[in-house]
Amino acid sequence: MRFSIYRFDPDKDEKPYMQDYDIQLDPADKMLLDVLIRIKTVDDSLSLRRSCREGVCGSDGMNINGRNGLACITPVAGLKEPVELRPLPGLPVIRDLIVDMTQFFKQYRSVTPYLVNNDPPPETERLQSPEERAELDGAYECVLCACCTTACPSFWWNPDKFVGPAGLLQAYRFLADSRDQATAERLDDLEDPYRLFRCHSIMNCVDTCPKGLNPTKAINKIKGMMVKRTV
Amino acid sequence: MAIVKRKFDVVIVGAGGAGMRAALQLSEAGFNVAVLSKVFPTRSHTVAAQGGIAASLGNVTEDNWHWHMYDTVKGSDYLGDQDAIEFMCRQASEVVYELEHFGMPFDRLENGKIYQRPFGGQSQNFGGAQATRSCAAADRTGHALLHTLYQRNVHANTQFFVEWMGLDLIRNEQGDVTGVTALEMETGNVVALQARAVLLATGGGGRVFQASTNAFINTGDGLGMAARSGVPLEDMEFWQFHPTGVYGAGVLISEAVRGEGGYLLNKDGERFMERYAPNAKDLASRDVVSRALTMEIKEGRGCGNNADHLLLKLNHLDADVINKRLPGIREIAIKFAQVDPIDEPIPVIPTAHYMMGGIPTNLYGQVVAPYKTGPEEVVQGLYAVGECACLSVHGANRLGTNSLLDIIVFGRAAGKQIIEDLKKNPHHKKLNEAAIDRSLTRLDRLDNQKDGENVAQVGEALRKTMQEHCGVFRFPDLLKEGVVKINEISERVEHTEIKDKSKVFNTARVEALELNNLVEVALATMVSAEARNESRGAHAREDFPKRDDDKWLKHTLYFSEGRRLDYKPVRLKPLTVESFPPKARTY
Ligand SMILES: Cc1cc2nc3c(=O)[nH]c(=O)nc-3n(C[C@H](O)[C@H](O)[C@H](O)COP(=O)(O)OP(=O)(O)OC[C@H]3O[C@@H](n4cnc5c(N)ncnc54)[C@H](O)[C@@H]3O)c2cc1C
Ligand code: SF4
Ligand code: SF4
Ligand code: FES
Repeated sequence: MRFSIYRFDPDKDEKPYMQDYDIQLDPADKMLLDVLIRIKTVDDSLSLRRSCREGVCGSDGMNINGRNGLACITPVAGLKEPVELRPLPGLPVIRDLIVDMTQFFKQYRSVTPYLVNNDPPPETERLQSPEERAELDGAYECVLCACCTTACPSFWWNPDKFVGPAGLLQAYRFLADSRDQATAERLDDLEDPYRLFRCHSIMNCVDTCPKGLNPTKAINKIKGMMVKRTV
Repeated sequence: MAIVKRKFDVVIVGAGGAGMRAALQLSEAGFNVAVLSKVFPTRSHTVAAQGGIAASLGNVTEDNWHWHMYDTVKGSDYLGDQDAIEFMCRQASEVVYELEHFGMPFDRLENGKIYQRPFGGQSQNFGGAQATRSCAAADRTGHALLHTLYQRNVHANTQFFVEWMGLDLIRNEQGDVTGVTALEMETGNVVALQARAVLLATGGGGRVFQASTNAFINTGDGLGMAARSGVPLEDMEFWQFHPTGVYGAGVLISEAVRGEGGYLLNKDGERFMERYAPNAKDLASRDVVSRALTMEIKEGRGCGNNADHLLLKLNHLDADVINKRLPGIREIAIKFAQVDPIDEPIPVIPTAHYMMGGIPTNLYGQVVAPYKTGPEEVVQGLYAVGECACLSVHGANRLGTNSLLDIIVFGRAAGKQIIEDLKKNPHHKKLNEAAIDRSLTRLDRLDNQKDGENVAQVGEALRKTMQEHCGVFRFPDLLKEGVVKINEISERVEHTEIKDKSKVFNTARVEALELNNLVEVALATMVSAEARNESRGAHAREDFPKRDDDKWLKHTLYFSEGRRLDYKPVRLKPLTVESFPPKARTY
């Protein structure tokens, strides 16, 4: 099977190029990451991030045949040849498939990504009904892989101003938490022509999320909360 | 060669649950803390923990910390230190409530309290009915916990050094730890970080085995750093093999599946755990269940064409329960085993999972080693918590969901202890240049090696040897041979070569450096296992099938220098309650 992989090492390359690898697949090569690891045993200069190999750590986001995904949970079997692998789009490349995620995490940190509750904590747990807890389903499971945000045209144009789908999903995770008391501040912070409203519901984020999450839905819920408080 | 030096109050190596819980304590107290991690904090392997965190909240069944303590002592096959176990179990409820207050999204019961599920080895009333003790966020408890801790650290403004790899401890002539050397992956720069306290929180080393539930980054780096600097490693023969790794892939299927009512079947469709553990059945302790699976396979009752795995059945459970409580498991089974557990059982096999041994510490996270006055002398300036540490609260076998508890209780305790110790140590101690040179020499050797062996190849040999010679059951000849082989491999590690010479994000270099740590872990494991002539917890010797308390109720200490062993007593005396004396262990 042929893999065509984006290569760039600023230490020696003037510009990026695509390198082809022809690999005889082995029965153990179930996921794309298995193949990449095998390529690395013959060419140790191929650089990528990986850790959990089960889709929970969010390390190995990359662009696979034009679509962002996690290599470790992408079966090789279904991929069209040659398999073209590139770094996540819209972020500066450090080397090969490794991108600089600074901007992505900056946006994440900008949404006050922690629970705010200024009441003195009780001696036991704060109570939350199963229904209130269910509001967090689909919002807390994000693995911060950046597949969605780097597929979002609004983020490409305004990475410093638009929070992006992953950051907004995170913002929603706290807005939706019955224990959080900063709803008004959170909404104020997003009430801005760029931070939230650059999302034009293009839905790339939903299509691409390897964890099956739906940032657009969360974004629309935030918009709904804003409308509700103005009336 | 002069290298850049930087100064902090505290350097924490590792940003998993243990490192981040300690960091939070220190950042909130206003200290200048640097937290190093090979990966972005939320990518640490704590994120993969599924089933829960143990605490006797009693939200579902009556419970108390003393019962939890009893179960943990028994689970440890009496090798656990009872003072540490009491300390952990007593604080469990408090730290879980604290996590909830931090915002952790636990599942909830109808009355709004934290959801709890039963796990193996949990009992009421000192060995009575099954207890329900594991607090859970679906089957993503580790993810919920790790992200919550990262979020709190964002709030506390903790300084993270992301994609920095700690290389070696810097110790002075008195043996005090005064800093660490580290590699900044993006630039390839090596930096000496000077600190008044260094905390190792580097997690497990499960990647010494071929089939493992552990992440690629779990290479036992903290253990390698400790061992190379003269600190011994404790109880390294004890590795937990989890009964239910996905056959062929190694990915974990949580015990939560059995906690929610799933069970194991052999090829005859027999629920075989009833034979091995008539009371607890599928929820017996993990060492017991893993041995049962191995026996079933050995005696020809395995499933599949090669009769080499067993089946984990949960399709009798309500689809709603699976979707609500075990959604991650369903996702894993579909992706890695190509079966939907709502319809079909999952093929499973015992898989290396957790390292009970590690860097010896006391209750406060201070590293202790034999020095001048006894086996438990504090190494000044050095601390360890989490899976890389050995207190020991898990002894010879860890109970499920006790590790997330361990990392939080002792992460917090170590943070507090460091704050106390810093008061007594207002000044940084000098960095020893010779110690820094050790890291630089290692890197130079690697960069200049000619005609060396490929890192992946040597790593593969190491993993294969561990798998074949030091698995669920251990045989005297295989162990003896294993020691010889691992010694040979350790020679090969000194002559590895990387083709990639780039300064920028050189992952080949990182993997070569990780191999230096893996080999320390492998050596310690094989040498300690070969010497322990008894069966206890996860260490099952074919030639010594019984536990031998007269000779072996003691902790192993492995010293890298001279590859020699020493032993120290188990602390059988708890802090306040009566000791639980060793007795026969049945489930
Ligand atoms: C699949 C799986 C499921 C589990 N489920 C449960 C469960 O349900 N309940 C339970 O109690 N336990 C569970 N465990 C065990 C438990 O998750 C771990 O023991 C625990 O999370 C370890 O936490 P830690 O903070 O010590 O290490 P980790 O979370 O592994 O973190 C280690 C950190 O150290 C860093 N690091 C390592 N080496 C270096 C270096 N050289 N330089 C810089 N940084 C370094 C890493 O980047 C990382 O940040 C599970 C384990 C696995 C593998
Ligand atoms: S829906 Fe919004 S956030 Fe998602 S890709 Fe489109 S513009 Fe971006
Ligand atoms: S929402 Fe999905 S795609 Fe986006 S960062 Fe989270 S897990 Fe990745
Ligand atoms: S390696 Fe962790 S998500 Fe792929």
